[in-house]
Amino acid sequence: MTATYFRPVIAIMLRYFYLLRGTPARWMPVFAWVAIDIVLWGFITKYLNSVASSGLNFVPTLLGAVLLFDFFTRIMHGIAGVFLEDVWSRSFLNLFASPITIAQYLLGLVGTSTLTSMVSLMVMLVLATAVFGLRFFAYGLTLVPFLLILFFFGVSLGICTAAVVLRLGPSAEWLVWPVPAVVSPFAGVFYPISILPHWMQFIGKLLPVSYVFEGLRKIISGGAVPATSLVLGGGLAVMYVLLACWFFQRVFRHAVRTGILARYSAESLS
Amino acid sequence: MHHVLSIRDLRKAYGDKIAVDRVSFEVSRGEIVGLLGPNGAGKTTTISMILGVLQPDSGSIQVDGMDLATGRAQALGRTNFAAVYAPLPGNLTVWQNLRVFGLLYGVKGLSERIGALIGQFDLEKFRNVKCGALSSGEQTRVALAKAMLNQPHLLLLDEPTASLDPVAAREVRARIRQFAVSGRGGVLWTTHNMVEVQDVCDRVLFLSHGRIMLEGDPKTLPDEHGQPTLEELFIAVAREPLTLERT
Repeated sequence: MTATYFRPVIAIMLRYFYLLRGTPARWMPVFAWVAIDIVLWGFITKYLNSVASSGLNFVPTLLGAVLLFDFFTRIMHGIAGVFLEDVWSRSFLNLFASPITIAQYLLGLVGTSTLTSMVSLMVMLVLATAVFGLRFFAYGLTLVPFLLILFFFGVSLGICTAAVVLRLGPSAEWLVWPVPAVVSPFAGVFYPISILPHWMQFIGKLLPVSYVFEGLRKIISGGAVPATSLVLGGGLAVMYVLLACWFFQRVFRHAVRTGILARYSAESLS
Repeated sequence: MHHVLSIRDLRKAYGDKIAVDRVSFEVSRGEIVGLLGPNGAGKTTTISMILGVLQPDSGSIQVDGMDLATGRAQALGRTNFAAVYAPLPGNLTVWQNLRVFGLLYGVKGLSERIGALIGQFDLEKFRNVKCGALSSGEQTRVALAKAMLNQPHLLLLDEPTASLDPVAAREVRARIRQFAVSGRGGVLWTTHNMVEVQDVCDRVLFLSHGRIMLEGDPKTLPDEHGQPTLEELFIAVAREPLTLERT
């Protein structure tokens, strides 16, 4: 791959940074919503610490889990959000009549979301550490595989939901935002998935993020995360990224074949 | 003569409705070809297929010798377009839009190229204005500047002067003619303005019901078909296409 290959990727990223620079409202998901989440859950954990007689410290278990889940959500929403900018500005014709390939377009979405999500992660870490005493860095490099699994699964869901919107039309935007909320009960963000009914456990085991939160609880309780668990979570996440790319490509081809892309704002051709 | 666009037996149907039916034509370097026809004749469907945003059911499209089906990125890198129904993102400024699209098309020396186009299309005072805040005529000029960014071998213009006042429209026509005369590329132009067609186009194709009915020099074509003007010929083709079908 040469520098020329990445020019369209940079174009997609640059477009979003121009938008960020020009509209303060676009900074809200990057800074404000994640900060509000940390403040809310920070105080909840403080309150729980004060009333619980077990001596269990809720800060790492709950606040740490919220922080990691918000990172996953930001990655997923970040990708879908950059894609939706093209929907809202009706740019598909100009964009896809250019020489950009689907791989370059998706790389642009992922690159943009990665940068904005890293800013969100920093904001959350600073707040959680400074205000609520979360010792996130105490776990050191152990957390890197967790972050990678969350990143890849967020990427896969972001690309997948973008494909759904491309297939179903602009109104399908409303399917994008609740996806993390739908995932969370199965992923065991706040509780071990062993307390779930069997059918929910089965779904949970198919979600890479469940291995992250199970692992997080193990580390906090002083145990070690089984390598097989990390490999399984990572393997699933990478597999979902590949499946999501394949799905987007397939939906794009369908949109080009049927004329949906050329007349996207019509939502359907029937 | 070298063809910058070569279309063979292009066909597209939406269910039972045939939008484009075995259309074949070429555009040569330095040539301006008018694609004419009533609403729903298949002009925009044809242009969408050439732009790679709509897949033909059958037939082939070659841009500068590159097959669009097998070399999409290479073919589209040699193409560009401006259309009234495809405005540039209104939430970016003129300069930002040209920068983003310049990167998408892999334009070398991009800053200089943008500067030159901003000058050529008289956009200096709008450089930092969001495209959505421009008048339709100003937006058309930005879209044309974007269409020229990569110095395309094939330029597709779908009613480029529709929202321009007569003075601005004349300037745009002159600029497009200049582009064609320079020999860099060829132009496929759709419009409903027959005076404009006679003024600008070297050749016209009349499309009706998805088929090319007539082809020829816009200055001599009306006479050849017993019509006083190109507009009358247009109306005749739209009303009774079968009597005039190209052989």
